[in-house]
Amino acid sequence: MSRLKTLVRNQRGVPPLRGGHSLCQGCGIPVVVRTVLGTIQSPAVVVNATGCLEVATTRYPTTAWNVPWLHVAFENAAAVASGVESAQRALRRRHALRPGEEVAVVVFAGDGGTYDIGLQALSGALERGHRFLFVCYDNEAYMNTGIQRSGATPFAASTTTSPAGLESFGKAQRRKDMTAIAIAHHVPYVAQAAAVHWHDLSRKVERAVAARGPAFLNVLTDCPLGWGHEPRLSAQVLNAAVESRFWPLYEVVDGRYRLTYEPERPVPIETWLGLQQRFAHLVTDGNRQLVDEIQEQVDAEWNALLDRCADDGTS
Amino acid sequence: MSPELLTGGEAVAHAMRQVDPDVVPVYPITPQTPIIQGFAKFVAEGRAQAELVNVESEHSAMSAAIGSALAGARTMTATSSQGLALMAEVVYIAASMRAPVVMALGNRALSGPINIHCDHSDSMLIRDSGVVQLFAENAQEAYDLTVMAPRVAENPDVLLPVLVCLDGFTITHSAEPVELLADEDVGGFVGAYRIPHSVLDVARPATQGPFAMPDYYYEFRRQQSAALEAALPVIADVAADFERLSGRRYRALEPYRLDDAVRVVVALGSTTGTVKDVVDELRDEGRPVGALKIGSFRPFPAAALREAAADAEAVIVLDRADSPGGAPPLFAETAAALYGSGCDLQGHVYGLGGRDLHPEDVRAIFAGGQPVHVGVRGEPCPV
Repeated sequence: MSRLKTLVRNQRGVPPLRGGHSLCQGCGIPVVVRTVLGTIQSPAVVVNATGCLEVATTRYPTTAWNVPWLHVAFENAAAVASGVESAQRALRRRHALRPGEEVAVVVFAGDGGTYDIGLQALSGALERGHRFLFVCYDNEAYMNTGIQRSGATPFAASTTTSPAGLESFGKAQRRKDMTAIAIAHHVPYVAQAAAVHWHDLSRKVERAVAARGPAFLNVLTDCPLGWGHEPRLSAQVLNAAVESRFWPLYEVVDGRYRLTYEPERPVPIETWLGLQQRFAHLVTDGNRQLVDEIQEQVDAEWNALLDRCADDGTS
Repeated sequence: MSPELLTGGEAVAHAMRQVDPDVVPVYPITPQTPIIQGFAKFVAEGRAQAELVNVESEHSAMSAAIGSALAGARTMTATSSQGLALMAEVVYIAASMRAPVVMALGNRALSGPINIHCDHSDSMLIRDSGVVQLFAENAQEAYDLTVMAPRVAENPDVLLPVLVCLDGFTITHSAEPVELLADEDVGGFVGAYRIPHSVLDVARPATQGPFAMPDYYYEFRRQQSAALEAALPVIADVAADFERLSGRRYRALEPYRLDDAVRVVVALGSTTGTVKDVVDELRDEGRPVGALKIGSFRPFPAAALREAAADAEAVIVLDRADSPGGAPPLFAETAAALYGSGCDLQGHVYGLGGRDLHPEDVRAIFAGGQPVHVGVRGEPCPV
């Protein structure tokens, strides 16, 4: 397991993100951050959108970061990263940076800072072709402000602004396909990953930082508080997302799709839904048709993805 | 060098070419667009070396500018009106993060109704953001201030964004003779870009833009205010160096024919040119009048204003922005500076949305008895 050794080695001494931060027990975000930064061999600069990660790691005068870290606002992390990358490009051209002094520019943003308020800045930065890696830790709602629904919140999930009740089954709309939106920008590398499949995530980070242009990683990241599960069940819940095909792991390299993991024995969607309080209202008898509807959505999306993988992008 | 016939926008683009910044995020908006177009052409011709970043909004323009300025790259941009309103959130943060970005502001009325012509409502919207705001009277001043601005922004005691404000169309689009400095003189004048700590310094990783709660937020804000106050003497120092280079003199507060002046008009921007002409006419007629041009609205030269207006009987403030429900911004500022001085204080709002202020209007204002809102029709707009 050379990858594990690499990750462990890179975390030794002064890890990029130390303990002592105030992220919740069982939160998937630090797992994602450590896997991403532990994989990147070159020095890295982190640009962080406003959100749980920013708030919980930089309470002044303390910081959990051992790499340069920059936060400006919620919606503009990709634009800030554009500036950092452009500065590096300009300084290199003026020979103010020596070769070997190159740093990777990595953005971490939640789904709000990616799918919703951050979408415009992200789209612009992807279109302009800056060389940077944008990592969305997608926990499917505005968790930092108290579990409000976002464009990433799945159909029928109960949140504090789409609560389930007598007249509501939770979020009435389907989530947007952010990974597909990123792919539509014709960038060299886009992938979907999950915090629990760290080996897969680490490989994707390697490919992402080697890409000669923008790279986008959409990483499903658990939130015990917002999803409503015990912190100790994080891995089990995330695994259920992948094994039920709710969250396929795949990558798109220069427009070519590839599944990077295929569940051997896919589990029904109830396995994923049943582990989380936000879907508890669905497993009651009256909402059986919603579970069937979700299963149909998942199956249709999976089959469409398989079609895109079969079509190797040359047609 | 002999003067060239240039619009203010072209002159600012030349200043940017000569300053030769590293990164220039650009997004078009009337009336600043000639600035970024002019500069883009210089880059395309190889006459400027900057990374031109064609961002997708002004919000991203200032966001990218913060990223590049804090990564050790001299950064300039330009905007107007709605663009400034959209980026206002990030302008505050740029000041707070002490990012010495230089930005030309082609002053234009804020919507609505949508309008493209000059007033100062955009500048006043970000009055309290903590950025330096220098106002040009004409194209020459817009050029000169753009050359001076990096020195003010990057001074270690300041480290704040500097806005060079030039009236939309009146300055941005009007061609005037402008004396350009030699390229090498501008390069030598601005010197190398230096900030205390680059984001790209991986050997000394720093956390920039952290979360500050009630135990520290206030201290951050006080340091930022102190930096803006410190900009006043820095502007004077930079202007002194610039005068040695160019022979042209700049001050945060420029007195005009104040000797024995009984009535004094205070104004910002291109209108000060009109006011000076009227002062000359009235002086020729033997009337003891003068003018005070606010060269730096932020930091505001309050002490200098109080001293300069000490002997005046009446001070008349011309605001090209209104503050509905309250005192217009330049009037409020002047009143605070002159509080207790005993002079008579009058204020007028004029020129909103590009309405002209003619010399005869200024004569009438000097004469007194004009309504607060000058040049506005009383009847309701047709439905």
